[in-house]
Amino acid sequence: MKRTLLSLIAISVAGTIAIALAQSPAPAQSQAPEIQFDSVPNALQLPPGVLFGEVGGVATNSKGDIFVYTRNGHPTVSFGTARPFSHGGSRLYQFDRTGKFVQEVGKDTYGFQVAAQVRIDPADNIWVVDQFTNMVMKFDPQGNEAMLLGRKAESENIPARGGPGRGDGSGQQTDLFSRPTDVAWDAAGNIFVADGEGNARVAKFDKDGKFVKSWGKKGTAPGEFASVLSIAVDATGNVYAADGGNKRVQVFDNNGTFKTAFSNVGNAQAMCLTKGPNPVLYVSNSNPTDDIDTAGEIYKMRLDGTIIGKFGRAGKLMKEFGTVNAIDCRTENTLYVGELGNLRVQKLVLH
Amino acid sequence: MKRILTASLALTIIMAIAPAPGLAQRKATIQNVPEIQFTSVPNFLKLPPGEHLGESVAVATNSKGHVFVYHRSASTRLFEFDQTGKFVKEIGAGFVNFEFAHSVRVDKNDNIWAVDEGTNTITEFSPEGKVLMVLGRRPLAVLGILAAPPGPNLPAQKYVFCRPTDVAWDPQGNIFVSDGYCNNRVVKYDKDGRFLAQAGSEKPGSAPGEFNLPHSLQVDLQGNVWVADRSNNRYQVLDNNLKPLREISNLGTGWTVCVSGGPHQYVFMSNSNPNGNTPGSWDITGEIYKAELDGTVLGRFGHPGKLAPGFQVVHMMDCRNPNEVITGEIESWRVQKLVLQPVKGK
Repeated sequence: MKRTLLSLIAISVAGTIAIALAQSPAPAQSQAPEIQFDSVPNALQLPPGVLFGEVGGVATNSKGDIFVYTRNGHPTVSFGTARPFSHGGSRLYQFDRTGKFVQEVGKDTYGFQVAAQVRIDPADNIWVVDQFTNMVMKFDPQGNEAMLLGRKAESENIPARGGPGRGDGSGQQTDLFSRPTDVAWDAAGNIFVADGEGNARVAKFDKDGKFVKSWGKKGTAPGEFASVLSIAVDATGNVYAADGGNKRVQVFDNNGTFKTAFSNVGNAQAMCLTKGPNPVLYVSNSNPTDDIDTAGEIYKMRLDGTIIGKFGRAGKLMKEFGTVNAIDCRTENTLYVGELGNLRVQKLVLH
Repeated sequence: MKRILTASLALTIIMAIAPAPGLAQRKATIQNVPEIQFTSVPNFLKLPPGEHLGESVAVATNSKGHVFVYHRSASTRLFEFDQTGKFVKEIGAGFVNFEFAHSVRVDKNDNIWAVDEGTNTITEFSPEGKVLMVLGRRPLAVLGILAAPPGPNLPAQKYVFCRPTDVAWDPQGNIFVSDGYCNNRVVKYDKDGRFLAQAGSEKPGSAPGEFNLPHSLQVDLQGNVWVADRSNNRYQVLDNNLKPLREISNLGTGWTVCVSGGPHQYVFMSNSNPNGNTPGSWDITGEIYKAELDGTVLGRFGHPGKLAPGFQVVHMMDCRNPNEVITGEIESWRVQKLVLQPVKGK
């Protein structure tokens, strides 16, 4: 009770407007202007014998190369061993800017099991987030492993449906993750990990991978999360955390102090923040994986939370989305969107 | 009414004679059905060296006569052969939604639809093998094995399958799914994959429009939906909006159903011998019936047997040409092409 009171006070200090927003989440903005767009056919040409699974992540580097981290393998548990050992399940592919297949990156990497996200940092390093092995893996532009955060469990007990799953959402201060979902950096190179679906917090590391702190835990109050599904950092170091289960994006300063929340975007599951002098934030109100008759649109908004427009809807056709889990927006009006439900990446051109 | 009474009477007698419980195979009660002569084409499918079929649960042809076999070998795999049985290619090698084959069907655009009851998904492939559409979702690995929870099944959801069994289309392209081993329903989607209607539910039932293991389905040119309602020992015919029209309950256990190409369509229904070949089952099961769409049975053919032309649990059939039925079998790992003596219908 005491803690609740204290946090209430903290909230009041943080800002009355934010409280109003957070406590009565508005529905996604169905009245926002429609942005016209097209989906480029055959944007990525898969090599023979390769099919995508659910696309956890898609990202481009400075040359326009496209990286796709996809759940297209069969996660496997070995029988007849001292403990259950699991391996395999996800792979990382690189395409050139024309969509031509270049290579597979990190083939047979120990930490690839259930793709969560891939992001490219300003130096074109490739960061891979895996929500089964609980690892964030940095590869240099040549595809060599460069730095690792977190550790894969030595053996994996297979939870049954309805079980507690991993991570209790307690927001424990640790440099180990529980179903992490995303990674971002500030201008100084500090690393921010969205952690995630098992835990419910943002973890901050310095540029060398030393754990600094984390904030948040499971909950609905400002600074708490249902889960953290995506993360972005702007030029001034503010941290945007997609809190889809609470139907909001929360904004923090660089040290985790709550600033405000955008509660007009529905189930914020994937985000992308553009670079440059007038950045915009794309936020996907992703449809649940078991329903295409609700949500699914992507919002384009300013960093003050005002919505510029929206586009798309849930579905299985081109220009429709099956649970968007990743957006790349290196170019403001040319997006790459990774979907879970439709096992694909769409290249979108906004008009 | 009279017919129903007769049927239940026959059922009672059989129940009294048959020693085994409800899942036991049912002897067909229909009588005096003419035998249709047929031959099994020897060594129809020619596999490349080192390749072989596993449980060949599903087979379908496209408009060119190419044969698609979705089978359970070390991995579940989808093979394409040409009309002469020569191997053409593998589709979806290593594809994430391939774990446990159940059915494959080819639509009017020659796209290939694979029904996988191990991943709760149905995937549409282009003839070149590109993924065009996915229905359902493979359970996420990080959530563990989707163990069947104790107690009644969870309520059926619009877009979530529970061990789906088969897929079909009406002439407008609407999609029909039989679902399946744990749900007990038939679902209709529009051509874009949006839910329209369902018959049955997660619960098994035996009333008209209810199902107990809907195991296979097909749609005729009128848009009527034929369902092999396996554990109810019957076939049900539904209209295009899934309202029950009639049932066929005198052909044994409704394992699998095939509606032939047009314009005069026939329906083939298999009273397959049961898995495990329970003692005595070879004497009362294993035959396939050929019927008119109004239900008039024209003839029967086939019998159980480990060796061709015997059948070992016919699981799915292709009958694009009603005089050339192709069968996929579970317990002998083979596909047979059967050339039937034409039978004059109506």
